[in-house]
Amino acid sequence: MLAYILRRLVQAAAVMLAVALVSFMLFRFVGDPLVNMVGQETSLEDIAELRDRLGLNDPIFVQFADFVWRALQGDFGISYRLQLPVSELILSRLPATLELALISGALAFVFGVGFGVYTALNRRGWVSNTIMTVSLIGVSLPTFLIGVLLIWVFAVELQWLPSFGRGDVVDLGWWSTGLLSTSGRASLILPAITLGLYQMTLIMRLVRAQMLEVLRADFIKFAKARGLTNRAINFGHALKNTLVPVITITGLQLGSIIAFAIITETVFQWPGVGALFINSVQTVDVPVMAAYLVLIALVFVVINLIVDLLYYVVDPRLRVDRAAAAS
Amino acid sequence: MTVASTWTGRMLLASTALVLAMGTASAETLRWARVGDALTLDPHSQNEGPTSTMLHHIYETLVDRALDGGLTPRLATDWYIDPEDPTVWVFELREGVTFHDGSAFTADDVVFSLERVRAEASDFKALHASVVSAEAADDFTVRVQMEGPTPLYPQNLTNFFIMDRDWAVANEVELPQDYAAGEETFAVRNTNGTGPYTLVSRDPEVLTELAVNESHWDAAPEVTEIIYTPISEAATRIAALLSGEVDFVQDVPVQDIARLEQTDGITVTTGAENRTIFFAYDMGSEDLISASVDGNPFADPLVREAMHLSLDRDAIQQVVMRGQSVPGAQNVAPFVNGWDAALDAYGPPDIPRAQALMAEAGYGDGFSVDLNCPNDRYLNDEAICQAFVGMLAQIGIDANLVSQSRSLHFPLIQNRETDFYLLGWGVPPFDSQYVFDFLVHSEVEARGGWNGSRYSNPAVDEMIQSLATETDLDLRDQTIADIWQQVQDDRVFLMVHNQLLAYATREGANIEVHPENQPRMTTMTFD
Repeated sequence: MLAYILRRLVQAAAVMLAVALVSFMLFRFVGDPLVNMVGQETSLEDIAELRDRLGLNDPIFVQFADFVWRALQGDFGISYRLQLPVSELILSRLPATLELALISGALAFVFGVGFGVYTALNRRGWVSNTIMTVSLIGVSLPTFLIGVLLIWVFAVELQWLPSFGRGDVVDLGWWSTGLLSTSGRASLILPAITLGLYQMTLIMRLVRAQMLEVLRADFIKFAKARGLTNRAINFGHALKNTLVPVITITGLQLGSIIAFAIITETVFQWPGVGALFINSVQTVDVPVMAAYLVLIALVFVVINLIVDLLYYVVDPRLRVDRAAAAS
Repeated sequence: MTVASTWTGRMLLASTALVLAMGTASAETLRWARVGDALTLDPHSQNEGPTSTMLHHIYETLVDRALDGGLTPRLATDWYIDPEDPTVWVFELREGVTFHDGSAFTADDVVFSLERVRAEASDFKALHASVVSAEAADDFTVRVQMEGPTPLYPQNLTNFFIMDRDWAVANEVELPQDYAAGEETFAVRNTNGTGPYTLVSRDPEVLTELAVNESHWDAAPEVTEIIYTPISEAATRIAALLSGEVDFVQDVPVQDIARLEQTDGITVTTGAENRTIFFAYDMGSEDLISASVDGNPFADPLVREAMHLSLDRDAIQQVVMRGQSVPGAQNVAPFVNGWDAALDAYGPPDIPRAQALMAEAGYGDGFSVDLNCPNDRYLNDEAICQAFVGMLAQIGIDANLVSQSRSLHFPLIQNRETDFYLLGWGVPPFDSQYVFDFLVHSEVEARGGWNGSRYSNPAVDEMIQSLATETDLDLRDQTIADIWQQVQDDRVFLMVHNQLLAYATREGANIEVHPENQPRMTTMTFD
């Protein structure tokens, strides 16, 4: 087990190095950072001189090696745009993104599994049909449009919820949370729905399809023959057997929620790392972009590791196989 | 007796109530939203619009720009060229001004700020390039020694903020932040200015709070508290205004103006911005990079004339800009010195004549060329280019539109890698010399940096150089007029229009459009 985790961690480091290298090679196609750093009066000599001092004239691999060397020492440089240390900037934005991602991920999982089981067990009812139809909207409308629609209905027309920002935030020193204030919780609702709707639909459809498959399996018939209650069959046996692919998907989707909260964060002016990244791309803020991409690679790697470990918990067969292989 | 005292009592009560009512009426919180945040609060680090706009509330300048484009006193009460030495500018300073930390504002602070703004890491140093040194003649007089006569120097000072020397020394921020040094300095998030508002809190790109400076020298503003939130997404920004979550939206998208004007409870104010939008082309090179023909068609005056005749400015104004622009033919805004109504006048497009000119120039079969265009810098920039591509097709020019982000577009112009491009140009000193220096003069030393036209006319260059030192303003204006005449005759620019700005406020809040898009909340009034 420990050896397995260690092996995965070594792989993780390799993945992150590769991501950093690829992103470094892409940066020069994003544009020239100097355009956004100097006023229009600045002479071409001064621009060239600043570019030289920033090391932007060095070959890509030299810049990359320099980045990795300093990153290993915990130094991600200073933002070209906001002039603040990158690590501090990202750490200050991370709570907003994680809070949003976890809340919307949890909502998506709970409602996704719940609706999925319900629609699998009651295939013909009008409630199931309604849920299935509405969920189609979730997968077919782009996130951007859903966000704007929700803002229009709940912020502008009904004026129930705020249209942007994070509300009042309580600073706990190392973490800032919006969950402890009324305006913070109200601000979370619309972005969480926007971000989670697609994932919820995905999980729901997956659970429903798996559930229908499993309910036809022989062991369910035997369970019925044994006279087990419907409750024990549906939740103790059927649902448990659908969960392995669901956990994989949910885990990977959680990574996507964190990584691609960009659109939701932009629409709701949510002060997270996604909005920071988008603003950095627009101004070619290389230090922030590099640090962000490495961070996202880290998130994916960690989530994959956790998902792999969860398999052991859910599926006893894997434990047996591993144990047999190890001995 | 009893009656009289009761009456007096009532009067007293009434007047107390009135005072109380006035007190609450004048304490106004303004929630202000625009597309981006100030990049830094260091006053000499970033020469960028939103940054300067924010800093004007915390720090102050020697002179200020009035809404009509003229200069007005601020920390300087008077300024003049030393009658005995034309190379020295004298500034007389306002007395009794204090910084937010209570220390007094003196000539020494101006001398210090002038050193700091000229430092290597300052983004404003080019505006002070002709300064040799500055000295405090007494506590409230500063003498600035220039390299030579510099009649327009005060025009460069409208974004030159004054810092307190003692505060800067105490916090080790004697120099502006240097990117390459790689660390944050104290002045990025902390301030000590003389301005009408003090900084209460700042979370970059999230929220900045300002409170009125009770001990400010000028009349107290109606806005006593400012809550500034950047909202980058246009739809969200407008939604926040409609739902009453913000009071003032500074960057209103062109397509929303008409609808907002129809909306109850919202006021839209529009006004001219000091920014022209124009096309330019390489008229100086032997060969073009992207053209389908040998040689340089743009070098031929007939082709340039034909292109001018093909541009339908009114169509662009009505269709692309939905009325939100002021078309013109002279590449400078009307409130800038040197603008001339006759030169700015334009006629309708004349396609048959343009086609005849193309044939006469030997391009009857037309040619193709790349048109480079930004897509995230000016109002509807890409759509303007698309419209012009269609117009050029009518005279046989097949323009291949390459539109991309400003970070990719502007280096093409600066590195002379584009044949034909769209550019917008603001004129902070409100004088045509600034246009000539950067866009018309040949690329020599500090001048001609943005002359992607590669226009080079020694006679014009000489006239432009004379502007910098000519102290006879009538003679200088005549030279400016002569240069403009030549530039228009040579068709150096294909001017499209002046940009308009739109501000939207909740009803009852009034603010005028600032020509440099740097509105001051001190000028905001409430009904």
